[in-house]
Amino acid sequence: MEAFTVHTGSAAPLRRSNVDTDQIIPAEYLKRVTRHGFEDALFASWRKDPEFILNRPEYQGVSILVAGPDFGTGSSREHAVWALQDFGFKAVLSSRYADIFRGNSGKGGLLTAQLDHEVIESIWEIIESDPNAQVTIDLTAKTVSVGELVAEFEVDDYVRWRLLEGLDDIGITMQQETDITEFEKTRPTYKPTV
Amino acid sequence: MGTPRTMAEKVWADHIVTHGEGKPDLLYIDLHLIHEVTSPQAFDGLRDAGRPVRRPDLTVATEDHNIPTVDVDKPIADPISRIQVETLRRNCEEFGVKLYPLGDVEQGIVHVVGPQMGLTQPGMTIVCGDSHTSTHGAFGALAFGIGTSEVEHVLATQTLPLKPFKTMAITVEGELPAGVSAKDIILAVIAKIGTGGGQGYVLEYRGSAIRNLSMEGRMTICNMSIEAGARAGLVAPDETTFAYLKDKPHSPQGADWDAAVEYWKSLPTDSDAKFDAEVIIDATTLSPFVTWGTNPGQGLPLSASIPNPGDAANEVERVAIEQALSYMDLTPGTPLKEIAVDTVFLGSCTNGRIEDLRAAAAVLEGRSVAPNVRLLVVPGSTRVRLQAESEGLDQVFLAAGAEWRGAGCSMCLAMNPDKLAPGERSASTSNRNFEGRQGPGGRTHLVSPEVAAATAVAGTLSSPADLEVAS
Ligand code: SF4
Repeated sequence: MEAFTVHTGSAAPLRRSNVDTDQIIPAEYLKRVTRHGFEDALFASWRKDPEFILNRPEYQGVSILVAGPDFGTGSSREHAVWALQDFGFKAVLSSRYADIFRGNSGKGGLLTAQLDHEVIESIWEIIESDPNAQVTIDLTAKTVSVGELVAEFEVDDYVRWRLLEGLDDIGITMQQETDITEFEKTRPTYKPTV
Repeated sequence: MGTPRTMAEKVWADHIVTHGEGKPDLLYIDLHLIHEVTSPQAFDGLRDAGRPVRRPDLTVATEDHNIPTVDVDKPIADPISRIQVETLRRNCEEFGVKLYPLGDVEQGIVHVVGPQMGLTQPGMTIVCGDSHTSTHGAFGALAFGIGTSEVEHVLATQTLPLKPFKTMAITVEGELPAGVSAKDIILAVIAKIGTGGGQGYVLEYRGSAIRNLSMEGRMTICNMSIEAGARAGLVAPDETTFAYLKDKPHSPQGADWDAAVEYWKSLPTDSDAKFDAEVIIDATTLSPFVTWGTNPGQGLPLSASIPNPGDAANEVERVAIEQALSYMDLTPGTPLKEIAVDTVFLGSCTNGRIEDLRAAAAVLEGRSVAPNVRLLVVPGSTRVRLQAESEGLDQVFLAAGAEWRGAGCSMCLAMNPDKLAPGERSASTSNRNFEGRQGPGGRTHLVSPEVAAATAVAGTLSSPADLEVAS
C-alpha cells in the first residue's frame, strides 16, 4: 500500500447526503473479478447526466471529493473504494460516513476525513467559486486547508498510522501467528465446522 | 461477579486473540461465509502472496448474488455473471473451501443458508463479504459484513483486527397489533433513528415484542440493522433459539449440545449492564410500514401520505426529500395507499424464508394478482423452496398468478436478469430502496411479506386488512 502523508489537489463538491455505495458503483459492475479498472463505474448512473459534477469541464482531474453527510451507506462493496481510487480520488471529505465504507477506505489507502458539516459547506463554497482551488490534506497534522480555511479533521488513529506507514493488514496480523494458534486450541468442541 | 456486561461485550471478549493498547483487538472468527461477488479479488490476493486459506473447515461458500432464478440447470447466460460464478468454483476447489453451487440442495442466499444448516449459533463471531451478515445476530452471534480486503484477511488468518463497537439497546415492548410483522418493526426503527443512527453501534433488540418473534422474524429485524447504519444486530438466545437449532445438520449433538446450551444461556446481557445508547419503541402503536423514498429511513405507516419537503426539519433533509420524491415520481400529500405498482418482489435475505412465504401465501389464498402486476416469488434458499413446495405454497402462488422461481438474491439487487425496467415501481420485501437498486431507473417501496401480497392483489400499496374477503 502506498503511504499517505500530505496530498494537494483540486476538489469536487458533491452536494448530496446519503450517497450510498449503490450510487458510488452500481451492482452491475461488481461482476468483474479484477481489482482495478473501475474508473468507468464510479457514479455510473449519475455520470450519464452531462451536468453531473464530475462531468463538468472545470472539475476534471480532481483528486478530492467533498460530500454531504452519511457518505458510503449501504452495501459493503469494497469496489466503491476501488472505483473512487481508480477515478483518481485520494481522499473524501464528509461530516459522517458509513462504518463499513470507512473501514474499507482505510484498508485500501483512501483517506476519509471527517469534518463538521459547516466546514464542508465552507469548502463547497470555496471550490464552487474557484474549481481550481488547491486543497491540501495533511495527515500528520490532521488538517485540511484551502484558501484561508484551515480545519482539523477526525480520522481513526490506527487507520492514520497505517496510512502514514503504508502498512498492509495481513502482514501485521501474520506476526501474531503463534497467538492465533494458541487461541485455536481453546475452541470448544461444540462449535460447528463445515 | 465481574462488571455487568452486554451480550456484545461477552461475545467480543470470548474471541480476543490479542488485545492491543491503542490498537484494534485481534478477533477470532468462528465462521466465514463466502459468495461469488466479494471473494474473487480476495482469493487473488492470497494467490499473489502465496498464502493458503487458514481454516477451510470454518469457511463455506454458496452462489447467490448473480445467479439466475429460472433455467438453473442451464449454463448462466450472462457471460460476466458466469465468469464470476466459475471463478468462485475454481477458487473453492483450489483452496479447499466447501461450496454449495447452483443446483445443490443447500444452495441459497448466504444468510438463509447459514442458519438453516445450523452453522449459525449463539456466541459465535460470523463474517461475510456482505453487509446483511447482521442477519445472523438473531441467534446471539456477533455477525457483521466486511469488505473484500477483510475477506482476504480472514481467509489468510481467521482473524480480524477490530475496534469494539458501541452498544445500543432497542427495546420494543408490548404486543404487536394484528397484521404487524417484524419487517414493520424494523422499518419503524430505522425511520425513527435514521440511516446513520446506528453508526458505530451493535443494536441489541430486546423487549417482549422481540421475545415473541420467531427466529425468522428476528432474522428480518437483525438483517436490516445495517440500514440504520449499524454493523450488527443482536437478539439474546432463548428457548426459541434453542428449539430452532435442535437437530439442525451442524448443531451440536449429545453432550456437546448440553455444553453448548449452557454456554448460550450465559450470553444474554446482564440485568444491570449499561448500553451506550437506548431507544424505546411501543409495539402497540406500530402498524404496517412502507418506504416512500430512496433510503430505508424514508418510511411511514401505510395509512400516511407522501411528506412535504417544506415540512423538513432542516435543509439537508429538505433536499433529500425533494431528490427522493423526484426520483420516485411522487407528489407530496398523495396517500401511500394510492400508489400503484408494476411489480411485487417477495424474497431476499430479509423476507425470503419459509415463514415469509407462508404469510404471503395466506393472503393470496383464494385471491389473484391484479392485472398488470407481476408478482415474483423467489425463495431464499433451495431448501426453503422445497419446503414451500411440500406445503403446497407454490400452488397457492401459481394459482394467484405469481411466478415461482429458484433460490437466490434475484431482484433484491438485480445482478441477475430479474430487474425492474426504468421507471417501473415495485413493492419489495427486500431491504434497500436505493435508486436503481432493483434495476436502473426502478423505484422501490420496501414492505413486509403481508403487505407485498396484499399489494399484488390490490395493485396499489395495501395491507391485508384493505382487501375484500377472499373468494
Ligand atoms: S438478498 Fe439482497 S441483501 Fe440479501 S445477500 Fe442477496 S443481495 Fe444482499
